[in-house]
Amino acid sequence: MKRPSTKVVGLAIFVVALFLAGVVSFYAASSPDGLTKVSEDKGFASSQKEHATGEGPFAGYNSNFIDNDRLSGGVSGVVGVLTVLLLGTGLTYAVRRRRSDEPSNS
Amino acid sequence: MHVPDGFLDAPTSIATGAAAAVVVGVSLRRARTELDDRTAPLAGLVAAFVFATQMLTFPIGAGTSGHLLGGAIAAVLVGPWTGTLCVSVVFLVQSLLFADGGITALGTNIILMGVVTCAVGWFVFRGLQRVLPKTAAMVPIAAGIGAFVSVPVASLAFVGLYAVGGTVDIPLGSLTTAMVGVHLLIGIGEGVITFLAVGSIMAVRPDLVYGARSVLAARELEIRTSSAQALA
Repeated sequence: MKRPSTKVVGLAIFVVALFLAGVVSFYAASSPDGLTKVSEDKGFASSQKEHATGEGPFAGYNSNFIDNDRLSGGVSGVVGVLTVLLLGTGLTYAVRRRRSDEPSNS
Repeated sequence: MHVPDGFLDAPTSIATGAAAAVVVGVSLRRARTELDDRTAPLAGLVAAFVFATQMLTFPIGAGTSGHLLGGAIAAVLVGPWTGTLCVSVVFLVQSLLFADGGITALGTNIILMGVVTCAVGWFVFRGLQRVLPKTAAMVPIAAGIGAFVSVPVASLAFVGLYAVGGTVDIPLGSLTTAMVGVHLLIGIGEGVITFLAVGSIMAVRPDLVYGARSVLAARELEIRTSSAQALA
């Protein structure tokens, strides 16, 4: 069996990530997550302080400038995937470049 | 398990911030040894995948939901140091861009959800690889179990931090029971997602999975010995 190239595998992961964050995320559970629920039950939820970027354009995984709920969440998901991908890839390539500057050990 | 601003006091948040900075610094150095032609192109994609999957909160009953933390999956796919960098990027972006996880709690969140899950996931995974059959089929299973264990351990780590720097007095016994109980359930989801994702890549390109290298190397050795025997 011919194995898909690294490029194809990478593209597949990218498309899956975009699909999950851009489309499937609309159907995610909206109930509070584990820590939030425990903080409510045990009585320390009120110690939470307002988030410094809580008014940002994508705060709470919504695009505050889009009215349509589905589109608002989807766009924020896609923006998040692209941002993380750029930062993550940039970081790993920066780390790698420093490595290849050294006398090679390979 | 994103910790917001205010749950932990300032000294504790400063301490976790410093600890996270040190771990990320060490990871930047150590990740060089993991990043080669196979892992480097995937590292950013793994971070993006973890971000996307974290958006998919799943219900675990009793009006509570959970989502992937992702340390174990990242550690198995691209290596524990690179994995730590991947999930740290995720928590940074979530905090700054999406207001998910406090900014003063960024260090706390990187330590709890990133470093703890990467380390626990990786050590459980490697431990299981020693005792399980050395086959490729065991890689997703060991990864899934490592991921499952990593979540309640991360919730215990939160209780530990809360014991030191929680801003509201809560009986620690009941906090421990509640946190571990709920995160055992979330851990099942973490384990299933990790099993499926690692299993998918193992099915098409096992050589791209960092955690499968020892298994694949052993397999190549076996093939060589048997072909050498055939020649003899």
